[in-house]
Amino acid sequence: MHIPDGFLDAKTALVCGGLSLAGLGVALRQARRHMPPRRVPLMGVSAAFIFAAQMLNFPVAGGTSGHLVGGVLAAVLLGPSAAIIVLAAVLIVQCFVFGDGGVTALGANIFNMGLVSAGGGYFLYRAMTRILPGPGVRGRIAAAAFASWCATVIAAIACAGELAMSSRVPWGVVFPAMAGVHMLIGIGEALITCLIVLAIERARPELIEGAHTLRPQTGRGLEWAVFGTLIALGLAIFVSPFACKWPDGLEKIAGKLGLGAHAAAPLAAPIADYKLPGIGSLTVATSVAGAIGTVAALFLGLLLAYVLVPKPRPVPAASPKTPT
Amino acid sequence: MHRHPPHDSTRDDSPIQRLPAGAKMAAALIILAAILATPITHPWWLALSAAVLLACAAAARLPGWPLLRRLLLLEPLALGVACLSLLQPHGLHLFLWLMARSTLCLVTLLLLAGTTPFGDGLAVLRRLRVPALLVTTLALMHRYLYVLGDEAQRMRRARLSRSFSSSPARAWRTQANVAGQLFLRSVDRAERIYAAMCARGLGARESRSGLAQERGRA
Repeated sequence: MHIPDGFLDAKTALVCGGLSLAGLGVALRQARRHMPPRRVPLMGVSAAFIFAAQMLNFPVAGGTSGHLVGGVLAAVLLGPSAAIIVLAAVLIVQCFVFGDGGVTALGANIFNMGLVSAGGGYFLYRAMTRILPGPGVRGRIAAAAFASWCATVIAAIACAGELAMSSRVPWGVVFPAMAGVHMLIGIGEALITCLIVLAIERARPELIEGAHTLRPQTGRGLEWAVFGTLIALGLAIFVSPFACKWPDGLEKIAGKLGLGAHAAAPLAAPIADYKLPGIGSLTVATSVAGAIGTVAALFLGLLLAYVLVPKPRPVPAASPKTPT
Repeated sequence: MHRHPPHDSTRDDSPIQRLPAGAKMAAALIILAAILATPITHPWWLALSAAVLLACAAAARLPGWPLLRRLLLLEPLALGVACLSLLQPHGLHLFLWLMARSTLCLVTLLLLAGTTPFGDGLAVLRRLRVPALLVTTLALMHRYLYVLGDEAQRMRRARLSRSFSSSPARAWRTQANVAGQLFLRSVDRAERIYAAMCARGLGARESRSGLAQERGRA
């Protein structure tokens, strides 16, 4: 999902850069205000951990292997703000030291894998832990699996939207390709994320359960508001012009902002200028598959939780621990 | 088997390596901008950037084979995206243009990474007033990248030497346990790092100024 240099045009790169700069700025501010100083080294070491975890391959069908992105994993372990900083650090080092992902595409990559995958994935995880039945470990495992599948797919769709908006590749091709592939990759991501969370939960439950030791408790409302707005804004800019058929409003805004002729072309005619048959139905089919996949991912998460986690024993009355 | 780079070319002595890091980063950004600003109607302008990059590579006396290998390793990623652009009118032209641009950008980045020590780059960021928390995170990450990579490798070897064969289903479970253990070791390591940082004077300035305030009040 790392976009290399040269695939985004200036307008997309600038919009992505602005969004991720704002998100990273708020994340840094939150972390500086609310994180105890003794947790600061953990961010750097966690970034190295996510990097190392991305190197651990797991087998996928057909002799190939996949690897982790780790957005939701980082968010579950560290909280959304710290996870966004950690993912940004990983992406910056991958870009400048290893040449993986471009400098001009750094904003887009941080938006997709930091803000959408880690930030958005975390909010999905929190929402699901409240909604899903079964308190405690089972609920958290199911929520982590579901959130990481969704976060992977949404990040891939955002990536496809950015590429299509730069009018390098047609939306009708890049959307089914990216979303389709990442619906499969997401299964691996969900499985490995919840297995790692479970492994940590078994060894040191307080790291995940007693969130207050690792994660700032205050300032949650600001995080929800800012990250939610930025993600929604990004998806509205990159994806909605292609997904819906009313680009007039956005076109007007683009014209007013002086993006004019440059911006209007890809916004107005997303599927007009190529003539492969059946692409329109492919886009619709991918959307339907995505909707079905979301439901399937929810059931997969619940199934995983019930298979992997043994039935919780009744907590003795003397224990001070309360399930959250 | 260590993940450390066998030879740190950023410490070599050549005219390029001796330049200040800030100048090299600015030059790389200018070259990147020039490559990306090349219009599709004049693809031969890219040859100029390529010539500049070749000259830089020659002046830096970088070992050619590792550079080429890394380039070949990263090229398929760009190729995958670029292939999708073939599915439209004038696709081949666009495809070649995209590949040429992304390859040249990649070479620029690899040259920068090969001639500039990471710490020097961080010092430039610090001077540019990038938030200290981000710079610290980057510095610690780069410091522990190879340490944790080695640790993961060591745990993998330990697992391979103790367990005989495993079905794919077990392999997933084991891999996740290894990653979980790696995270727990990272947490413990971070605690030790914090203790070491405190021992070397972290937070001393704050507590000293706090002390001064106390004195002022008294």
